[in-house]
Amino acid sequence: MNNKSNEVFLEVKGLRTHFFTDEGVVKAVDGADFQVRRGKTLCIVGESGCGKSITARSILQLLAKIGKIVEGEILLSRDSGEVLDLAALKPQSKVMQSIRGKEISMIFQEPMSSLSPVHTIGNQIMEAIQLHFDADKKEAKRRAIDILQRVGIPKAETRLGSYVFELSGGMRQRAMIAMALSCQPRLLIADEPTTALDVTTQANILDLIRELQKDMDMTIIFITHDLGVVAEIADEVVVMYLGKAVESGDVDTIFHDPKHPYTRELLQSIPKLGSSDRGRLQPIPGMVPHPFARPKGCEFHPRCESFLQDTCDQIEPSAIRLSKNSHVRCLLYGGAEKEQSTSIHSE
Amino acid sequence: MSVGTLSQISSNKEDVTTKYLLELKKLKMHFPITKGFFRREVGKVKAVDDVSFGIQDGETLALVGESGCGKSTLGRCIIRINDTTSGMINYREENNSIVDLASLDSKNLRPYRQAIRMIFQDPYHSLNPRMTVFQIVGEPLRRNKIASGSELEDRVVELLRNVGLRPEYVRRYPHAFSGGERQRIGVARALALNPRIIIADEAVSALDVSVQAQILNLMQDLQEQFHLTYLFITHDLSVVDYLSDRVAVMYVGKLVELGTRAKIFTEPKHPYTEALLSAVPKPDPRKREKGARILLTGDVADPASPPKGCYFHPRCSYVQDRCKVEEPVFQDTGHGHQVACHFAEELNLKGVEEI
Repeated sequence: MNNKSNEVFLEVKGLRTHFFTDEGVVKAVDGADFQVRRGKTLCIVGESGCGKSITARSILQLLAKIGKIVEGEILLSRDSGEVLDLAALKPQSKVMQSIRGKEISMIFQEPMSSLSPVHTIGNQIMEAIQLHFDADKKEAKRRAIDILQRVGIPKAETRLGSYVFELSGGMRQRAMIAMALSCQPRLLIADEPTTALDVTTQANILDLIRELQKDMDMTIIFITHDLGVVAEIADEVVVMYLGKAVESGDVDTIFHDPKHPYTRELLQSIPKLGSSDRGRLQPIPGMVPHPFARPKGCEFHPRCESFLQDTCDQIEPSAIRLSKNSHVRCLLYGGAEKEQSTSIHSE
Repeated sequence: MSVGTLSQISSNKEDVTTKYLLELKKLKMHFPITKGFFRREVGKVKAVDDVSFGIQDGETLALVGESGCGKSTLGRCIIRINDTTSGMINYREENNSIVDLASLDSKNLRPYRQAIRMIFQDPYHSLNPRMTVFQIVGEPLRRNKIASGSELEDRVVELLRNVGLRPEYVRRYPHAFSGGERQRIGVARALALNPRIIIADEAVSALDVSVQAQILNLMQDLQEQFHLTYLFITHDLSVVDYLSDRVAVMYVGKLVELGTRAKIFTEPKHPYTEALLSAVPKPDPRKREKGARILLTGDVADPASPPKGCYFHPRCSYVQDRCKVEEPVFQDTGHGHQVACHFAEELNLKGVEEI
């Protein structure tokens, strides 16, 4: 358990995940670059269809058959010191299976559909423990009770025998977190874990995740579309639009000095509590384009307020590094004349 | 609007003094729990229990609460999707006579169905996939024999324009539209009969933030243009803060607080409202530590067997012995700010800090 902060735990470089459907190729992720530092929380934000969930699933190689990582690296620093490229592994390989659930685990949005309805909670948690540790049934049960108590489920021993439908929404999400944490993962990927919950329950779950992170020295990738949640828990933020990471940086910069026009417009469009008078919201005009009808040049240009004629609709912006852990993908910050001059990859 | 034809039904003339467009009086919606072969009734889920409030003409009343508190059931009772157990739904007609919608049978209810329309939460499930936009939006007009032929076509095109959709899309099916556009179709359908009241049940909850802002602005514009009254059912308090005039907070089938938006948000009187407000994530990382959150422990009480006394007492951080035995009365504390809490006057609760 080393506690070197600032150490990069996971680095995603130029990730492209495409889906080969009968109608054509859907470029779900088409250029995602970010790093997660050990013990920190990275939030991936964006509207639906921007590729944030597919990015997360690519890390664990949990893609549908038609989905393939076509380019890029996912570099995981393991405890042993070696750096492993997850993108190069086969989804069914032994190494990948040993990482999944053990070193990296995931929580999903809708616990009702991602937990098994025909197995008890205890059954499902114990399965994960027995798979990754050399534990007998008794030991696995003890650990399962431990972890259920840890996530704040009352009467953990009896709850072990409960089915998913017997639990309330908040308790279900806690059970799922318990399952994800049962093997003490180094990295937790949480895909919209609070979206289906009430605000009061959401507050409880966010607190729980934060607390567990501290205790278990865990790194977290948190996927959400709710900027309020991002402001609550993120250390660093990646903003995605149409499969590309358009901006990344620390949470304060993203909220108080956003660079990319999309980030700016996204922040302006949300209703804020306590913003006094009934004003008008400033929506982003238009909508996310269809994946088969991607605009030429910068993908955001038809909705952008800073659109430059003959530039944004012609040249595809490359990622421009602003500081050690921030970048922006916008022609306003350079790259309009000669492409690729300051790209991340050339470093 | 052809509501005048059935004015002979108007009853309850003594209520004409109030100025509410729609007034609920002691509305109850209890669902029976049955057991065994003979469907013996063993209990009741009190989804809506003794709720009384009024909606003024032209205002937006937001109804908020956690899931399972009965806010959607209440909305469905008003348009009579659910038949209420008891209570009155007094609707004021344009000629000022008052009708109790809860007492009408479906035949007599028909003219009033035009006046109160609903927008549903999920734009993917609330539109029939086998009908074109023209059929969806035009159906209420055809069914009520208001327009047909080219007149119907013109009206549908006009409605689509009103909600910001291109009239060329009229022959398309719902699958060809994005979530935001679908919700616009839902809004157009609700507007088709020139309603006076629109009940929006979580109308923007399923939408992305950028699209959500578009729909909220649209609803505001339409309210001004057509003088609509909204009952906005939602769990999202930032949306409530943005568009409502008054806010009603519901907990386990009962109203716990009702007041103007400013009062509810800055000076809440009920501990549940305070907890709800404090749980909303603030979109500013610099405010992370400020204003400690009030964490509610436990779950929403079971409406089939609610706790004794105040329903909120097991989760309340200000709970006292009196709360466990005596049920608080929903009463006015001045300026129309109603609250159901024994200690509403004594407690000094935190609202949302003005930014």
